Amino acid sequence: MTEKERNEAYNKYVQNKIPKTRAWPSLFNSFWIGGLICVLGQGINDLLLLWFPSLAEQTAWTLTLIILIFLASFLTAIGVYDLIGKFAGGGSIVPITGFSNSITSPALEFKREGIVYGICVKMFTIAGPVIVFGIVSSMLVGLIYLFV
Amino acid sequence: MYYLWVFLIGGAICMIGEILIIKTNITSARILVLFELVGVFLQAIGVYDYISGFAKAGINVPIIGFGASLAKGAIGAVKANGIAGIFTGGLTATAGGIAAAVFFAFIFGLIFKSKTKK
Repeated sequence: MTEKERNEAYNKYVQNKIPKTRAWPSLFNSFWIGGLICVLGQGINDLLLLWFPSLAEQTAWTLTLIILIFLASFLTAIGVYDLIGKFAGGGSIVPITGFSNSITSPALEFKREGIVYGICVKMFTIAGPVIVFGIVSSMLVGLIYLFV
Repeated sequence: MYYLWVFLIGGAICMIGEILIIKTNITSARILVLFELVGVFLQAIGVYDYISGFAKAGINVPIIGFGASLAKGAIGAVKANGIAGIFTGGLTATAGGIAAAVFFAFIFGLIFKSKTKK
């Protein structure tokens, strides 16, 4: 068996071992769960503006996102969000609740490595890149707008 | 009636994320960064406010909205304060979300134990 044949055989073996996400059901699930999370956000926002009419639109959105982040963090802590995640895939990652989940989940998982090196360091394993890219790209935008 | 738009647009954005995951085996960190950059870009070219006018939570709740707030904050602060605004604008606009995510993760991290990994 030449090296090339061996590599091809191995690649085939790996392909068979990778868990197959069945495409159509997972697309459908990510669609309706993602949509539902957005509808939930809209509902919270509308209720906030109904109960506190003096809120500025921007403040109401900030509060809405904070409430969604709280819910996702809590559901992650009690182990429910991971179940939703297995079912919904992208529907649970792309909304801001996925960002919250990506911080709380490693914080819990690495708790046994201590408060500083476990919780505090590991909570940024996924959120770190999001914050870094966010800061850098928005600063570039600010820089461009300084000259236009 | 606009709840239908919220549902359809929010769902479609999440489905695009799922398609990327299936087709390219992209990690969730990359998905979040990618959609965030889309938001920064949409805000930078000035079309985000137009879309969020009818999509509302459908685009504000996905991480695209987080990126858009970063860029909107930076643009606003630059117009108000000049060069210092480049540094202060983005994080000021998104401070609530980041603080909440870190705060709740820390508190729940102290209280709860991981359920998924034994």
